[in-house]
Amino acid sequence: MRKNIIEVKDITKSFSISAKSPGIKGTLRHFFKRKTIEKKVVKNINFEIKEGEIVGFLGANGAGKTTILKILCGLLYPSNGYISVAGSRPFEREASFLEKITLIMGQKQQLIWDIPPIDSFYLNASIYGIEKKEAIKRIKELSEMLEIESELYLPVRKLSLGQRMKAELLAALIHKPSILFLDEPTLGLDINAQANLRKFLQIYNKQTGATILLTSHYMKDITYLCKRVICIHEGYITYDGKLEKLLKKLSPNKDVSIICRSRKDIENLKALNLEIKNINDNQITFTINKLDFKNTLKKILNKYDIEDLQITEPPIDEVIGKILINKK
Amino acid sequence: MNIKKYLKVYSYFNYSSFSIELEYKINLFIDLLTSILGLIGSVFLLSIFFTNTDKIGGWNFNQALIIQGIYTILNGVTNTWFNPNLKEIVKYIREGTLDYVLLKPIDSQFWISFKRISPTGLIEILLGFFVISYCFYINNITLNIWSFILLTITLICSILILYSLWFLISTTTIWFVKTWNATEVLRSFLYMGRFPMDSFSFSLRIFFSTVIPITFITTIPSEVLLGLSPAWKIILEVLVSITFFIFSRKFWKFALRFYTSASS
Repeated sequence: MRKNIIEVKDITKSFSISAKSPGIKGTLRHFFKRKTIEKKVVKNINFEIKEGEIVGFLGANGAGKTTILKILCGLLYPSNGYISVAGSRPFEREASFLEKITLIMGQKQQLIWDIPPIDSFYLNASIYGIEKKEAIKRIKELSEMLEIESELYLPVRKLSLGQRMKAELLAALIHKPSILFLDEPTLGLDINAQANLRKFLQIYNKQTGATILLTSHYMKDITYLCKRVICIHEGYITYDGKLEKLLKKLSPNKDVSIICRSRKDIENLKALNLEIKNINDNQITFTINKLDFKNTLKKILNKYDIEDLQITEPPIDEVIGKILINKK
Repeated sequence: MNIKKYLKVYSYFNYSSFSIELEYKINLFIDLLTSILGLIGSVFLLSIFFTNTDKIGGWNFNQALIIQGIYTILNGVTNTWFNPNLKEIVKYIREGTLDYVLLKPIDSQFWISFKRISPTGLIEILLGFFVISYCFYINNITLNIWSFILLTITLICSILILYSLWFLISTTTIWFVKTWNATEVLRSFLYMGRFPMDSFSFSLRIFFSTVIPITFITTIPSEVLLGLSPAWKIILEVLVSITFFIFSRKFWKFALRFYTSASS
């Protein structure tokens, strides 16, 4: 059985934030006397993560996802609670701990802007005490996996966003970390670049057995990579478990669109005691519970003369969207 | 601390900085021209002060030129290391890229203080040494091994004081986010260092040698060269520099506890 690599017990994090009223009066008052508010961003959270797991953090903007990632990698001190990552207390930031982790942020970059990424890779390698020969080998391996061999020698500022993100990944993985913290890694990338990045992360996880924790607003990232998700709402964990189970729980229905031959059939169908989603000319769409689905559909098909039929499940974004607005 | 690793990282810092500077050739040339013109302007200003008098605070023009030389070296050090690096702290904190620094298995103060190097400042350091060599000639100074060692020690201490002051002010960015102006004030105080400590009034002398020991850092190495510095002054400078440096390190570690990182 795989052992826990991350353990979080009763973690709380508060920030003091100064609020400002609008207008000149508010600005002056803010300048002379600041009103600070103590804001709890993370509230008594508990979870454990096993070695090699890929876990997605879901939540609306400001839910506390990034704060949790930053506490886990040691950038922020938790206000309360116990935390252990790879056997260390992250906020002590011991070298042995930092050598095991990496943080990749979609909206921030560590590569040096005016020079080629290869120079930043060598710099990072020297920081992690990797010999030049070994660094060359790792850069070759990773650049082949990420397909950026030809961009290694161009100044970073000349690279496209997708190429830059791949180079950022390479810079962050050169020391072969066993825990990856990814904060919206596919932000701003086009569809193909997103897909390539996801594929890379999946292969990396399989090949190295690394644990990956990621936040993303692109549901494809989550559904492609994560079997387990942790939903966060206003600093609380509202769900922690399998993604599949969550989707079942949140989308208990399927939509059935029926095209009838006559308007009369539509009227008859309307009389059935079913939830109507939409009516358009000769087409009617019902929302049917998955439990009664088979029987209801059989009844309709036997009773009515139907021209065409289409069954759809609600789009995943719509389902996940519910998590972002629902607390439970 | 693994010295070999730090030297290797430092060589990569220098390499990347030179590569960046060489990307912008014209800028490099303009910076060079600015340092030469800056030195000419300073010497001219000093000569104006001495137009109607032979001595200021007990120093004649030829002796005061040594202070100008020391100031040029220190200003060169400032432009080579302190200015390009420490003004970046504000950027690191505002943009939240300090996150990347803190997650590296390397001393964060080392990273922040040495990541960049501006090669044009090195020219200023050379110019400073040139001015001092010229002063040897006009002041009839013969440099023996003892005064050479003392000059080296006092210069290193002066650099350490200047660095610590600069770093202390920059560290406050963690709370106040924008403190560019504070380092600018320190820079203008540094201009005071071009004049002998004795040329200021008593109260200013106390201020510039204790609160912000700017005159201290130029006057003492100059006095060492002229053989005028008593031992207690040198010991005091050593003590002050060590205290300031230790304090700057402790203050940085303390400030990091309050680092909240920029929001995503």
